[in-house]
Amino acid sequence: MTQERDHGRSTAAHGSRIDAYIDRYAARAAGMVASEVRALFAVASRPEVVSLAGGMPYVTALPLDSVGELVADLVARRGTVALQYGSGQGDPALREQICEVMRLEGIEANADDVVVTVGSQQALDLVTRIFIDPGDVVLAEGPSYVGALGTFAAYEASVVHVAMDDHGLVPEALAETIASVARQGRRIKFLYTIPSFQNPAGVTLSAARRRQVMEICRRADVLVVEDNPYGLLGFEGDPMRALRADDPDGVVYLGSFSKTLAPGFRVGWALAPHAVRDKLVLAMESAVLSHSSFAQLAVGQYLATQPWREQIKSFRELYRERRDTMLAALEALMPPGCVWTRPAGGFFVWMTLPEGLDSKAILPRAVAERVAFVPGTGFYADGSGARNMRLSYCYPEPDRIREGVRRLAGVVQQELLTRDTFGTGSAPAHTGVDTPGPDLA
Amino acid sequence: MSDLGHVLVLAGGLSYEREVSLRSGRRVSEVLRAAGIDVETRDTDASLVPAVLADPPEAVFVTLHGGSGEDGAIRSVLELLSVPYVGAAPDACRIAYDKPTAKTVVRSVGVRTPEAVVLPKETFHDLGASAVLARIIDRLGLPLFVKPSRGGSALGASIVRKADELPAAMVGCFAYGDTALVERYIEGVEVAVSVVDLGEGPVALPPVEIVANEGVYDYSARYTAGHTEFFAPARLRPEVADACAQMAITAHTALGLRDLSRTDLIVDAEGLPHFLEVNVAPGMTETSLLPMAVEAAGEDLSVICASLLRAAVRRASAE
Repeated sequence: MTQERDHGRSTAAHGSRIDAYIDRYAARAAGMVASEVRALFAVASRPEVVSLAGGMPYVTALPLDSVGELVADLVARRGTVALQYGSGQGDPALREQICEVMRLEGIEANADDVVVTVGSQQALDLVTRIFIDPGDVVLAEGPSYVGALGTFAAYEASVVHVAMDDHGLVPEALAETIASVARQGRRIKFLYTIPSFQNPAGVTLSAARRRQVMEICRRADVLVVEDNPYGLLGFEGDPMRALRADDPDGVVYLGSFSKTLAPGFRVGWALAPHAVRDKLVLAMESAVLSHSSFAQLAVGQYLATQPWREQIKSFRELYRERRDTMLAALEALMPPGCVWTRPAGGFFVWMTLPEGLDSKAILPRAVAERVAFVPGTGFYADGSGARNMRLSYCYPEPDRIREGVRRLAGVVQQELLTRDTFGTGSAPAHTGVDTPGPDLA
Repeated sequence: MSDLGHVLVLAGGLSYEREVSLRSGRRVSEVLRAAGIDVETRDTDASLVPAVLADPPEAVFVTLHGGSGEDGAIRSVLELLSVPYVGAAPDACRIAYDKPTAKTVVRSVGVRTPEAVVLPKETFHDLGASAVLARIIDRLGLPLFVKPSRGGSALGASIVRKADELPAAMVGCFAYGDTALVERYIEGVEVAVSVVDLGEGPVALPPVEIVANEGVYDYSARYTAGHTEFFAPARLRPEVADACAQMAITAHTALGLRDLSRTDLIVDAEGLPHFLEVNVAPGMTETSLLPMAVEAAGEDLSVICASLLRAAVRRASAE
C-alpha cells in the first residue's frame, strides 16, 4: 500500500542544484535571487517602451566631440601618468578642483580631506564599511535611495526610516526616531540623507529644516552622511547650501560627477573630517588600491578646459523642461486620487496611488502597455511603499514623457477597476530585487 | 566545419519572458557555435525582416518565450519569409500556447488534466467577483492554482490554499493576462518531460523532477541557480516514469507539435500523472529543464540542437 501513496517515487537519489556552491554562500547572499520585477525591466530596455524607471543622465547633451578630443590629448600628453596606478586618496589636482565645485554649495574644504571614489556609490560603501557592524542602526529617509539600502544591507545594518514630507525630513520625526532607537538600547551610527532633490521622492530639505536637522543630530551626537549628487541640478535660483557647509566636523559629504558630467567616468568623492578621511583612504586601498587614474585625469582635464558651469546650466534647463512636461502630463491625465511630488531639481517624481492599489502588481500591465516605472517598495528597507512609484524624467525626450504618462494613466485607471472588482489591488508577494540595474534608462 | 550554413537564433522579444529568452538564446548560440555552426543571434524588432530578406539564414532556432515566440506569430512571419525553423507550426502553437485550449485537446485523447475554470477579467467586472469566486471554490475546492491562460515562467501564477487568498491571486494573474485559468491544485511531484523528434518520431527524454526550496516553483526558484533541486531522471518508479513519458508524447502528438516540446505535469500521491501545460519553445537556460533532460539522456545539447536545425531544413526542402 505504501507503494501506492509515495507519489510514484522509486529511489531517494541526490539531485542537482545547478550551483555547486549553494551551501557555501554567506547569509547576506540569500536575497540575491532572480526576480519578476527585474525581468520586467529587461523588457523596458526595448525602445518601444517608454521607460520612466531608470535614472540615467542624458549624456547625449554633452559636447562629445570636445570630450573625445580632451581624452585623446590626455593620452598623448600625459599617458604615462593616466595609464599608471594612482594614489589611494585620488589625484591631488582633481581634489583641488572638487573643492572648487563644492564651493558652489557653500562648502569651504581642504583638498586633503577629499577622497576620490568610484562614483559616490563607492564612497557610501566605504563609509558604511568603516562605521557599521552588523545590527548597527542607520537612519534614512523613508523612502531612500535604493543603492544606499543595498549597501546598508550588504553590511547588515538595520535601517530605520524617518518620515519626510514635501519639505524633506520632518525634524520632529527625526527627533522622535532618535529617541525611540535610544530607548531600545540600539546605537545609531549615522543619518543617511539626500537633502536636495531626493532620490526617489524628489523633495528638498528646506533651509530652515536644514538648521533644525543639524541641530537635532548635533545634540544627539549623530553623524550625518550627506549624499548630494543632484545639488547643482536645481531649477530655481542658486544651489541650496549643503549641510556640510555649516558643520565640517559633523558631516561626511558625498559628491559625484555622474549627474553634472557623466556617470561613465565613475568619479565621485567623499569629504570627511581628517580622522574619518584617513580610514576612508585605507578602506579605499583595500577595496580597489586606487581609482582609475585615467578617469580622474579626464575629469580634471574636462573641468580645466571646458565650460563646465555652462554645461551644468544647460543640463538644468533640459531637465527643467522634462520636469515641467511630466508634471503637466500627470496633472492632465492621472485619475483622481493619485498624488505626486513637485521636484525643484534632480531627476524624480514620487507618485502615490489611490488606496488599495499596489504599484508592483501594476508593473506587468504597464510594461504590456509599453511604459515602465519603479515600484515604491524598492526604496524602503521595511516593505513599505506598495502604493508608491518612482517616475523619472531625466532620460526620455518630452514627447515620450507625455506618451509614457498617458499610457500609465490608462493602466492606473484599469487597475482601479480591478481593485473595485476584487476588493483588493494587491497581488501575492514574491521575492527578489525590485529595482532596475544602473544601465536602464 | 558544419554542413549547416548560416543559422539564426531568435531571442529577446517584447514578452515578459524577454530576459529568460535572451539567456536561452545565448545558450543555444553557444552550443551551436561549439558544434562549428555559423550562428547569428537577433532580437525581434523592425530590423528582422529586412535582415532575413537580405541574407536568408539556412534555418532559424526560435528561443522566444511567451507572446509572439510561442503564440505562432513569429513562426507565421518565418513562413511568409520561406525560412525553415525549428519547432511547431503556427496553428499548433496557437492551440498549445493557450492553456485551456491545450487542456481540452489533450483531455479529448484521454489525458488526465486537473479540473479547471477559465474566466476573463470582464466576467468578474460584469457579474461581481465575490459571487463568482465563491462558486469556483464550491466547484473545485481548495487548494487552487491560478495562472494566466497564456504565458510562462510562472509569472502571475500562485497557489491558493485559503479562500481569502483567492482575490489577490486573481489580481496577480490579471496583471499578466486578461484570462485566468483556475485549476484544482494537485499536491504531488512536479515533473517535466521534454520531447524531441529528430525525424524519426517523437521521443521522450528522461523526466526531470523539480523540488523547489520554498515548495513553490515560482520565477525566482526557476531562474536562481541553487534555489531548486532537480532530479534527472526523476525519482519515479519505472512504470510511473513511463506513464509520464507517454503522457508527454500523447500531448505532443495530439497538439500537432513537432521537433521539440516540454510537457509540465504533476504526479499525484497515487503515482498518477496529470497534464498541466505544454511549452512549444522550452527554456534553454542553464537552469532550464530540457537541457537537463538532454544531459540525463546522455546526449549532447549541441548535437540535438544541430540535428533539429537539419531536420527543419530537410522538412522545408521536402515541402
